[in-house]
Amino acid sequence: MNVPTMADMMAQGKQPEVLFWVGAAGSYDDRAKKITRAFVKILHQANVDFAVLGVEESSTGDAAKRAGNEFLFQMQAMMNIEVLNGYEVKKIVTCDPHSFNTFKNEYPSLGGKYEVYHHTQFIQNLISEGRLKIDDTNLKGKRVTFHDPCYLGRANEVYESPRDLIRRLGVNLTEMKRSRETALCCGAGGAQMFKDAEKGDKEVNVLRTEDALKTNPQIIATGCPYCNTMMTDGIKFKEREDNVIVRDIAELIAEANNL
Amino acid sequence: MQYLPNILFALTLAVGIGYFVMNVRKLSRNIKLGKDVDRTDNKSERLKNMLMIAVGQSKMVKRPLSGLLHIIVYIGFIIINIEVLEIIIDGLLGTHRVFQGIIGDGFYAFLIGTFEILAALVFVAVVVFWLRRNVSNIKRFLSREMKGWPKSDANYIIYFEMVLMTLFIVMNATDVPFQQAGIGNPISQFVAPLFDGFTPETIHTIERTAWWLHIVGILIFLNYLYYSKHLHILLAFPNTYFANLKPKGQFNNLESVTNEVKLMMDPDADPYAMPAEGAEEAVPEKFGASDVADLSWVQLLNAYTCTECGRCTSACPANLTGKKLSPRKIMMDTRDRLEEVGRNIDANKGAFVDDGKQLLGDYILEEELWACTSCNACVEECPVNIDPLSIIMDMRRYLVMEKSAAPQELNMMMTNIENNGAPWAYNQQDRLNWANE
Repeated sequence: MNVPTMADMMAQGKQPEVLFWVGAAGSYDDRAKKITRAFVKILHQANVDFAVLGVEESSTGDAAKRAGNEFLFQMQAMMNIEVLNGYEVKKIVTCDPHSFNTFKNEYPSLGGKYEVYHHTQFIQNLISEGRLKIDDTNLKGKRVTFHDPCYLGRANEVYESPRDLIRRLGVNLTEMKRSRETALCCGAGGAQMFKDAEKGDKEVNVLRTEDALKTNPQIIATGCPYCNTMMTDGIKFKEREDNVIVRDIAELIAEANNL
Repeated sequence: MQYLPNILFALTLAVGIGYFVMNVRKLSRNIKLGKDVDRTDNKSERLKNMLMIAVGQSKMVKRPLSGLLHIIVYIGFIIINIEVLEIIIDGLLGTHRVFQGIIGDGFYAFLIGTFEILAALVFVAVVVFWLRRNVSNIKRFLSREMKGWPKSDANYIIYFEMVLMTLFIVMNATDVPFQQAGIGNPISQFVAPLFDGFTPETIHTIERTAWWLHIVGILIFLNYLYYSKHLHILLAFPNTYFANLKPKGQFNNLESVTNEVKLMMDPDADPYAMPAEGAEEAVPEKFGASDVADLSWVQLLNAYTCTECGRCTSACPANLTGKKLSPRKIMMDTRDRLEEVGRNIDANKGAFVDDGKQLLGDYILEEELWACTSCNACVEECPVNIDPLSIIMDMRRYLVMEKSAAPQELNMMMTNIENNGAPWAYNQQDRLNWANE
């Protein structure tokens, strides 16, 4: 897969239109890598001039910050800002709402000011600019429910972009009882992804999966690699993996467009 | 001797208001124990928030039943204050229903009639509140932090309101000339016949007694506020005005940390440099919060404003799955500890003397803090824009940066970020492998 890096671009004296921030999950996690590749296919189809940082990318520090380690967060942020500003990056797109939130809201006061897009917003723009079309026949009529990621939804009030894209797939979008601003967390936020949950009587991702299953979906759509993992685990726990699948919106679009 | 009731009334009023003012000053001092944050920006947006959320109750109605009942009590409370004003003037001047002469019978009838209907509606609403709290098994009223005082406090408020509304109706029902005029008594006219067999003197005594109990009750209720969750009826207004306007996902970047990190990353910085001549030996700032004085005044105002409705807790994913965390308890603990610190200051002539206790550990447990997913559901839910999450985060910061007391798995995650630039132990050189798989 042809994925140019900022270093390549610079060597050729070029400045890409947008930097694709892959994120740690998107780079290393086997499930999340599929989302990354699906999004790159979409970027290619729309002829987007993009680049990634590749080995120069490092953790945004989001998980460290939510865990309470402000030191580590700011060290990461300042190193990343140095790299990004060195490449004169203006525009960033990412499939990870946590990176999105951190770049958008927490980097500016540390010297990193960028135009930041979640991939669903970016794809929506590609469509409205006429650079991308979504084929609405391949997934037609499928029952889909969308799980709002906290760091995209409540944290930044992005509720419509993912839904707009899902509707364009020609599917039947049904909402969970807890959705948009009242959506339930997948259980991974606030650095919970990296530790066992405190003692309780249920896992958060199981409760959230139950919310989703109540809509009787064929597909649970997500917009965050961590939500994706949590919901996938929830479906396995409920032993429903035979008839319910969990997909990122980028994956659904790639599938719809036969990419 | 004929001025005796007026003098007595003025004294009662002075004591009632004086004690209240004293407590408000204590309240203000306690809130100012918090660190300073600037919330003077965006005045118009702040005002708009206050008008929408506190005055307009826009977030209350997200739960329609409790929202509607709350609005009835809220409107009743605000409008009946006009009646209280009349009572105060009558009490001080020795007049009777002074507004009737000023605004004329028609309008007066409309006003008092409205008050009576509202009083009846408020009565019904608080009866439903009582049933919801004491009979229906509504989960958010049964949490462990609602045992004891918080439960009785809520019931006392309800009883107070029932009694005050009853006294208002009885006072009107036993005001014989008022009943005979037949204006503005849509509810009390049905109560009046209850007193038919009584002598005029007895009826008058009942009227006077109800009148006095009503105003004294209001003064007692006013002074009860400081000790009660009911303080929200005053603090909801400043609390929504000073609430956070930034996106909910935006956590503050601690400035003290920024300075240290910049110094660390600056290749020209001399780590052994002596402080500049004349520069004060600065005490290094504590990172995060372990006690109330480490929190900001807005967070402390939040704690006093919390009315323990539990909407936050009922939306909290950790709480919903049986974990110890309850955002409401975080707010209640913060207020309890702040009150304790305030009493300590009062007992020690204006200075806090270490009592060997703190918010973290003695009130809020680490287990509660680590259960939070930082999802902002509690912040979204709060009808008066309280931010429990910010307190949780400040306390996590203290645990991690001052105490190095994060759960082991999080320490590993942080070590990985430090060494490999990712929360997992993968080599940074493998970051682009996905492109060729």
